[in-house]
Amino acid sequence: MIRRIIVLSVTLAMAAAAPSFGQREATIKDVPEIPFSAVSNLKLPQGEYLGEAIGVATNSKGHIFVYHRSAQTRLFEFDRAGNFVKEIGSGYYGFEFAHSVRVDKDDNIWTVDEGTNMITKFSPDGKVLMVLGSRPPAVLGAQPFPAGPNQPAKKYIFCRPTDVGWDPEGNIFVSDGYCNNRVVKYDKDGRFLAQAGSEKPGKALGEFNLPHGLQVDDQGNAWVADRGNNRYQILDNDLKPFREITNLGTAWTVCISQGLHRYVFFSNSNPNGNMPGTWDTTGEIYKAELDGTVVGKFGQAGKLAPEFQVVHMIDCRNPNELVVGEIESWRVQKLIFQPPSVKPVTITKGKAQ
Amino acid sequence: MTRTNGSVRVLFFAMWMTGSALIAQNLAPEIEFDSVANPLQLPPGLYLGEVGGVASDSRGDLFVYTRTGHPTISIGTSRPFAHGGSRLFEFDRNGKFIGEIGKNSYGFMVASQVRVDRDDNIWVVDEMTDMVIEFDPHGRVAMLLGRKAENVSVPARPARGGDGAGQPTDLFDRPTDVAWDSAGNIFVADGLGNCRVAKFDKNGKFVASWGKRGKAEGEFASVRGIAVDADGNVYVADGGNRRIQVFDNDGNFKTAFNNIGNAQAICMTNRPDQVLYVSNSNPSDDIDQDGEIYKMGLDGTILGKFGRAGKLLKEFGTVNAIDCRGRNTLYVGEIGNLRVQKLILH
Repeated sequence: MIRRIIVLSVTLAMAAAAPSFGQREATIKDVPEIPFSAVSNLKLPQGEYLGEAIGVATNSKGHIFVYHRSAQTRLFEFDRAGNFVKEIGSGYYGFEFAHSVRVDKDDNIWTVDEGTNMITKFSPDGKVLMVLGSRPPAVLGAQPFPAGPNQPAKKYIFCRPTDVGWDPEGNIFVSDGYCNNRVVKYDKDGRFLAQAGSEKPGKALGEFNLPHGLQVDDQGNAWVADRGNNRYQILDNDLKPFREITNLGTAWTVCISQGLHRYVFFSNSNPNGNMPGTWDTTGEIYKAELDGTVVGKFGQAGKLAPEFQVVHMIDCRNPNELVVGEIESWRVQKLIFQPPSVKPVTITKGKAQ
Repeated sequence: MTRTNGSVRVLFFAMWMTGSALIAQNLAPEIEFDSVANPLQLPPGLYLGEVGGVASDSRGDLFVYTRTGHPTISIGTSRPFAHGGSRLFEFDRNGKFIGEIGKNSYGFMVASQVRVDRDDNIWVVDEMTDMVIEFDPHGRVAMLLGRKAENVSVPARPARGGDGAGQPTDLFDRPTDVAWDSAGNIFVADGLGNCRVAKFDKNGKFVASWGKRGKAEGEFASVRGIAVDADGNVYVADGGNRRIQVFDNDGNFKTAFNNIGNAQAICMTNRPDQVLYVSNSNPSDDIDQDGEIYKMGLDGTILGKFGRAGKLLKEFGTVNAIDCRGRNTLYVGEIGNLRVQKLILH
């Protein structure tokens, strides 16, 4: 009897320690495996280390940018062969806790930092061109973790923002974030235009529960990884939702490729804090057409390359050469694919709106 | 340079007398201006954060006091200690980087302001160490006012003295600015916590203090900036009450200018024909209101205005500092856009 009570309390303790956003196995069936090979070839200068490889992105020359949580949050640039080129933003005010890096069509580098609530546009040579959001003032001292409901969302202030993207006109889209639950649209000069969602989490279309990743396609639609709701939402250019995808597990991050034939990649990353068995059901990345037709999947959870230990971000500028950043393995892998020859499979589409 | 004709001046004066602040703002003539692209060349690996202060010396060298990061809190024996967070950079008149002053200084945490006196000493005001630090032109510490708190509280307690009581001591609580009269007396804007002006003689001896939090004449919602004219009158930017208050050299209230919005940054040109530049700084969470800078006569006449809030050149993100040694060539330091703009007024 005593033994049984102990077992029960251990179970309760584990349940309490589980991450607040649970992980879900994808419900899509019969998705073909896409074969790939992986290389981890980033050459760091002597004495330098990557921390959690939270953000990865490439520019038009194939250079790789890694925004990572080292002792400080830092942004490194490598060439396409993996040679270290330079560091950007060393000691910069807007860097505290990395969340995303993206490169726009002009090769400007944008960082999203959830420790400063700042999004920064750097020129290709590393100069600050524009900042969005602002950092809470240090002079007020270390603030206690906020209790109670989220504060009302403000036009120009983020709350642990997660990602950034642009439409063809250069309008800026931000997913915001851990303590707001919205997508915000600014014009190219940084002026507020619209938002979907609010500070409050919600389940309806157009509401979010931890919008964790975002990309904008060439039609100007915003694809949002709505992580806490285990779905992707697709919003039109005015942020009206018109589609959701609900059968790909938990929505950690989304990437849309470039080129004539564009693909979209979705990651059902295995969670931080794994239960026995989680590795068997999560950790894969899906490849789909922009109409939602899934063409295949690849990868699995695990510590050893080419396995993934919590994929946080995918760069898919070239859909046959992905760059993937992982949280818990402090690693960036380049995944190389043969041009696809698998037969497409139609997925269950979400509710149309 | 835009000049206002006499009749318009009279009209503005009449509106100021009748309190038609909004009309005065809207009727103020627009001053044409340009912003010089890339006015400062930072070496690779060096970045400006929020710019608390920008000031030039008599050679045209430029000093920028900037919040390059948040202070680091380390775990001490029984109390947490805070270090770093702000740096003071020097550039030449062409914007070429010269060097850094006060690197790793005990007194640098949250940049509030930098000013250069008539002898080219560089004065730094820090809002978190609560210190005013005078460096000589060689960058050596010449005089210190105030004292940094030994430790910080984690999590933060309400700021010490932050009730705006106007404590008449020689310690500060979130000071924001410093200025001098022609006798060398020192006036400290103190500031956001204590809401008063502190006066010291040229040797740093504390001699007077006036003001506390409030709305009445001689009271402040916040003491954001300070300037002293050739006659020793003291102009205090009382942004929270959306006014500038003018005092004589001993702190007796003389008048107030109520028509320039959230007066945050203030600069007075050198004599003769002194004018004031005052920023109606936008709040840090909104670029869709305020942001313009006013040019004023010392009688409160608005001579013109320029700019608006925003992120592009010629737009401003919460201006915290104006340097007007050049009279029509201004340097403007911004909190929101992490930059200094060099403005040419036409």
